[in-house]
Amino acid sequence: MEQKKHWQSFGELNQSAAYNKDVKDEFREDLPAVEENTGLLDAKAPRRDFLKYLGFSTAAAAVAASCEIPVKKAIPFANKPEDVVPGISKYYATTYVQDGDVVSVLAKVRDGRPIKIEGNDLSPLTGNGTSARVQASVLDLYDTARLRFPLINGREATFEAIDKEIAASIAGPVVILTSTLTSPTTQDAINQLLAKYPGSRHVTYDGVSYAGMLLANEACFGKKAIPSYHFDKAAVIVSLQADFLGTWLSPVEFARQYAAGKKINEQKPEMSKHIHFESVASLTGSNADEKHLIRPSETGSVAVALLSAINGQEITGIADKLTKEAVEHAAKALLAAKGSALVVCGSNDVNIQLVVNAINQAIGAVGTTINWGVTFNGRKGVDADMAKLIDDMKAGSVGTLLIQGANPAYTWPQAPAFTEALKKVKTSISFAGKLDETAVACKYVIPDHHFLESWGDAEAKTGYFSFMQPTIYPLFKTRQWQDSLLKWSGATTDYLSFLKGYWSAKLGGETGWDKALQDGVLNPATPVVAGAAFNGSAVAAAVSAISAAKKGDKIELVLYEKIGIGAGQGAANPWLQELPDPVTRATWDNYVVVSPALARTLLKIDLNDNGQADAYEVNPPKKVVKVTCNGQSVELPALIIPGTHPDTIGIAVGYGRTERLGKSVVGTGKNAYPMSSLNGNSVSLVQGNVEITLTTETYPVALTQTHSRYDTAQGNRTEVMKELTLAEYKHHPTEIRDERQAELAPWGGLENFEKQGTIYPVYDRPGIRWGMNVDLNACNGCGACVVACNAENNVSVVGKPEVLRGHEMHWLRIDRYFSGDMDNPNVVFQPMMCQHCDNAPCENVCPVAATNHSSEGLNQMTYNRCIGTRYCANNCPYKVRRFNWADYTGSDSFANNQVGIVNDVVLDMNDDLTRMVLNPDVTVRSRGVIEKCSFCVQRLQESKLKAKKESRPLEDTDLKVACQQSCPTNAIVFGNANNQHSAISITRKENPNRQFYVLEQLHVLPNVSYLAKVRNLEEEKKEA
Amino acid sequence: MLSLKRLTRLGFSILIFAGFFSGNTVIAQDGKTLFQTNCASCHQVHKKLTGPALAGVEDRWPNKKNLYSWIRNSAAFLKTGDAYANNLYNEYNKVAMNQFTALTDKEIDALLGYIKSVPAPGTGPTGGGAAVGAPAEEGDNTLLFGVLTLILAVVALTLLQVNSNLRKMADEKEGINPEKPVSFFRNKRNIAFLAVILFLVGGYFTTQGAMNLGRSTDYQPVQPIYYSHKVHAGVNQINCQYCHTGVYQGKQATIPSVNICMNCHLAINEYKGEKMYTEDGKEVDGTAEIKKLYKYAGFVEGKPWDANNAKPIEWVRIHNLPDHVYFNHAQHVKAGQVQCQTCHGEIQKMGEVKQFSNLSMGWCVNCHRETKVQFKDNGFYSIYEKYHQDLKSGKMDSTKGVTVEKIGGTECQKCHY
Repeated sequence: MEQKKHWQSFGELNQSAAYNKDVKDEFREDLPAVEENTGLLDAKAPRRDFLKYLGFSTAAAAVAASCEIPVKKAIPFANKPEDVVPGISKYYATTYVQDGDVVSVLAKVRDGRPIKIEGNDLSPLTGNGTSARVQASVLDLYDTARLRFPLINGREATFEAIDKEIAASIAGPVVILTSTLTSPTTQDAINQLLAKYPGSRHVTYDGVSYAGMLLANEACFGKKAIPSYHFDKAAVIVSLQADFLGTWLSPVEFARQYAAGKKINEQKPEMSKHIHFESVASLTGSNADEKHLIRPSETGSVAVALLSAINGQEITGIADKLTKEAVEHAAKALLAAKGSALVVCGSNDVNIQLVVNAINQAIGAVGTTINWGVTFNGRKGVDADMAKLIDDMKAGSVGTLLIQGANPAYTWPQAPAFTEALKKVKTSISFAGKLDETAVACKYVIPDHHFLESWGDAEAKTGYFSFMQPTIYPLFKTRQWQDSLLKWSGATTDYLSFLKGYWSAKLGGETGWDKALQDGVLNPATPVVAGAAFNGSAVAAAVSAISAAKKGDKIELVLYEKIGIGAGQGAANPWLQELPDPVTRATWDNYVVVSPALARTLLKIDLNDNGQADAYEVNPPKKVVKVTCNGQSVELPALIIPGTHPDTIGIAVGYGRTERLGKSVVGTGKNAYPMSSLNGNSVSLVQGNVEITLTTETYPVALTQTHSRYDTAQGNRTEVMKELTLAEYKHHPTEIRDERQAELAPWGGLENFEKQGTIYPVYDRPGIRWGMNVDLNACNGCGACVVACNAENNVSVVGKPEVLRGHEMHWLRIDRYFSGDMDNPNVVFQPMMCQHCDNAPCENVCPVAATNHSSEGLNQMTYNRCIGTRYCANNCPYKVRRFNWADYTGSDSFANNQVGIVNDVVLDMNDDLTRMVLNPDVTVRSRGVIEKCSFCVQRLQESKLKAKKESRPLEDTDLKVACQQSCPTNAIVFGNANNQHSAISITRKENPNRQFYVLEQLHVLPNVSYLAKVRNLEEEKKEA
Repeated sequence: MLSLKRLTRLGFSILIFAGFFSGNTVIAQDGKTLFQTNCASCHQVHKKLTGPALAGVEDRWPNKKNLYSWIRNSAAFLKTGDAYANNLYNEYNKVAMNQFTALTDKEIDALLGYIKSVPAPGTGPTGGGAAVGAPAEEGDNTLLFGVLTLILAVVALTLLQVNSNLRKMADEKEGINPEKPVSFFRNKRNIAFLAVILFLVGGYFTTQGAMNLGRSTDYQPVQPIYYSHKVHAGVNQINCQYCHTGVYQGKQATIPSVNICMNCHLAINEYKGEKMYTEDGKEVDGTAEIKKLYKYAGFVEGKPWDANNAKPIEWVRIHNLPDHVYFNHAQHVKAGQVQCQTCHGEIQKMGEVKQFSNLSMGWCVNCHRETKVQFKDNGFYSIYEKYHQDLKSGKMDSTKGVTVEKIGGTECQKCHY
């Protein structure tokens, strides 16, 4: 294999001076050195001070020692519920529902507190998979900013008072405004209320809408709905701007399907092909086999060109030669895979979606990879309905407005117009759990339960039901909003009996309901796959409309969703804010994404110039640019991200939210929604003709991209990442293995390297030897594992100022590597955690043996022994050790002694309420100790005990580590490598050719192996 | 009655646990074990508890077959309308007896045999106290050695004195001027010697003292209710697990909730046993202590009890481990088959519980070094093929066996994570 140069940062690509200086030191801070020639008395800690401290500490120790040990109480239950055993976790099936997103999950409840969310294996849609947002949702339950009681005009009120007032003031026509609802029983409850007040209606509005698709489907297939997609059945996938692995429709499900097509069998190496057209670097684009950059305004013409090419016509309307070639190539691939091909498009323009429907019809996708027999219920909002509602409100023809989920005062393009119109509504009621932008403008706020406190159901797709049950008694004076609906519609039952009655009738009595609730899901007996009659009459008009549309001539803007923040739902969650964006690697902010080419002209930064690249990269402050469009302007720092179209900039929505949502949103980013616009029936998040100017200001952005690098004398990036194309692999399957063999030849080759590469003895692993494998073909970098690790292992949030200093604590990070052309590079993601080296360099240098090795192959970290020399972190070739620079967890005995040292977000994480999320089986680390991935040792111990109690050997089914559990693509395999029948042994045995260890030649003998990324490219790519 | 249900469910496992209380004859041993495992929480042989006294039970029942069915499933038997059974049920406040469907006829016979064999109080020795697995006291020779050392030291000192006197006399004889005698305490050598001794002894005690800071062996706080393990586990032979229900399952052995106490104390409302004394020698009124329990339980005698009225009892926690230590009871008691008394001392003889072990890390690690795991009996260890071979081939001493340490039990992350 020709050496591929993988690089994480521009400095690394150019080998710049500052980069090389920076990588020499593990820690950025200098030691607090005493200045020379200052005399003892002028020194920072003179002799007298020293004596004072000595005296004080001796006295304090004496006093402390003579104090009595505090009396602790042990308080048992008064009346113990039969199925609760203190100290043993219970798992309850429930459902994560946030707006239209539905994921079937299990909530791990420990001593009455839900502390972790895991995927529900019984769900055929998402399986054990989750997303970062699902993982983080448990923290929202303990959010200190949650409303603790209902409000009337912003003042605390009782439910009785509110019900009384509302009963008196509720008047038709009633409008119920919600984000997409997937619950059939809630729909029934809504219908009951609507029936009571004639002329009432239900309006669905989604912050980021899919109205274009819904309307196009209505025109073509007669259904205002979204079909099911089957990425697993697609041999060729063409995506136009659709970030289906990150944020588009149902990413957890799609990631699972996509990985099914990407995992390869070494004997018969076949995989799906994914061609991606996009404007701003996205997670999905980064995973694509071929990625082509287009302007946002070209999306339509590319779709039209693709349709023409598929129909065998001449391509017109595309000037760029490369794009034209790409379209021809994509068309050829789609036609070759007719019947197992799929085209998806992220545009919210009806015309473009009409053309995409025509393409899918032409390539035989409908009925094969697109299933109309089962429709997706997660997005139903049509923006025109919302526009009409605002008009009605203005006209005073809305008597009562009930709002649940939707937050138009924040997400609507003309949010002030909505707020203004809301004032004309006599009775406005919000069910928001927090005082968000819309709730604060409403007269009544009746906070809804968190989903972990709620009863409910959800139908993610036709026939695929998922159920919710409370896992904790409501923490605050909140009420499920369905209860309010039922109450006001005059029903005598509460929502629970309503729900139970509904399902008992369907499922054959209470037993059926209990079973469904226990499983958490109800699936169709036989999966339906069906097509739909296609009506192409509207396509011709759409094609001419697209051709006639004005092409942007200046810079164009794309407003996109971030994987953690979404349309704004994740903004108040510290775990999600601190999760680095997979592509930009930035935390805590939104920013303007610009291409390296635009950076040269706009920011005057030439990344090929070492000095300029360094100045940009090494210093956190980034140049601020002013973006103006639609008469709105916003000033944000600019980040240079390769893989972005030179004439396009991107800004993430979901930021700049009201400070009432919690400490996490304070000072993090700016709101970009005002720059969107309503075009006909749908809101467009894409804007042409944007003014962009450079300001003189700078703003620090907490990027983790340049932290934890490991370009040292002992090893550099080339060995860290291994990647090859499918063509190369087919041509020479053992390429990577041969390369490893050649490299290790001086020490006995692969076979004998363990023994011959060292002067140390080789130790036995008599019983268990833990091992992990990460398949880089399946990993798409989504970050669910990072948040899962946070939740499982009590990993602290450090806040933006600390991330800026490189103090982030994530035990598991996902490294992003670029390779190839700087303007449109290939991207690879690599999850990197402690490699649990059998010959670990960190262990040798610890002066107090706080880190050492177990007979099961774990690199153990003992916090109470650690004295904080940080030698281990310095000596770790993978840079996975984290140091507690401050008391992030508030574990010091004095309250609030970290005020002013850590920021408000961190202090908020230490609130008694927030601390309820902590996992009691994992020590909370204090200041001054090192920590790192433990392979979830608490889970390993628990699984071993389980096997011992049952007197049988350990099985794979006994345990899943947190990252493995959360992974939607099952990229991570973990288990006992000594057991020949375990999944880890089988994976390693079946993939000898792609398997590699990172920095293997150092003879650190990691217990984490990786499978090299194979990209489906026909010809060997020419690399610089 | 959740705990009653649990009792049946766990009946079998309790059997194993209780196996270590042992008697004399084969049949009686079985019967006694069965009695203690299944019956003792509600019955005594010669005394009414929750259920009737069992002495002469065979004679009271009209036929043995009925008795068998009654014992196995009393609820089902009641439905047959048997007059004797129904009377009995009504007599004991309609408290249903547990089901023991797993008991065979033979086992019931053994039980009955045991009941017969127990002499009435006053006619013979009371049922033997629990034989405890506490290690037998090893012969302690310290005193002997001490006395010997002392004698030798006196002899040595005398000899030294004699020696120096003789030398002095010899010197005088030879006319050498004797050195000016220096008094004992002014002799620099002696002072230095004493200082070193003092330093060593002082240092030893200081270090020991410092190491014991925060440890609380013999901690014996006054509890909100005088609860005597001696009466419950010792005299009445209630199995530990009947109350500490979590001990086989999880981390905590769990302190029983009020409803578990009330399982028996609904019927047992007075204490009639031997006199009880606190550590200070004050006499304890057992009945008054039961009344305290009733107060917590919200139970008024003579009225039906609603468990929802109960308030938790705030016991003073005796065994405190630091937060960074993970200890799991099930690991030790279920997987390791360690007796409760190994760590908690002779708990069945304690009126008031005190901390028996110092719970220091050295204490834990020492035990892990010496204790054998259930290597052959527990299927989990089948994966240690090498050890199994070594044991077979004699490479590994089979009398020493595979200790906890051998399988990694002294590594940091077995307890700290």
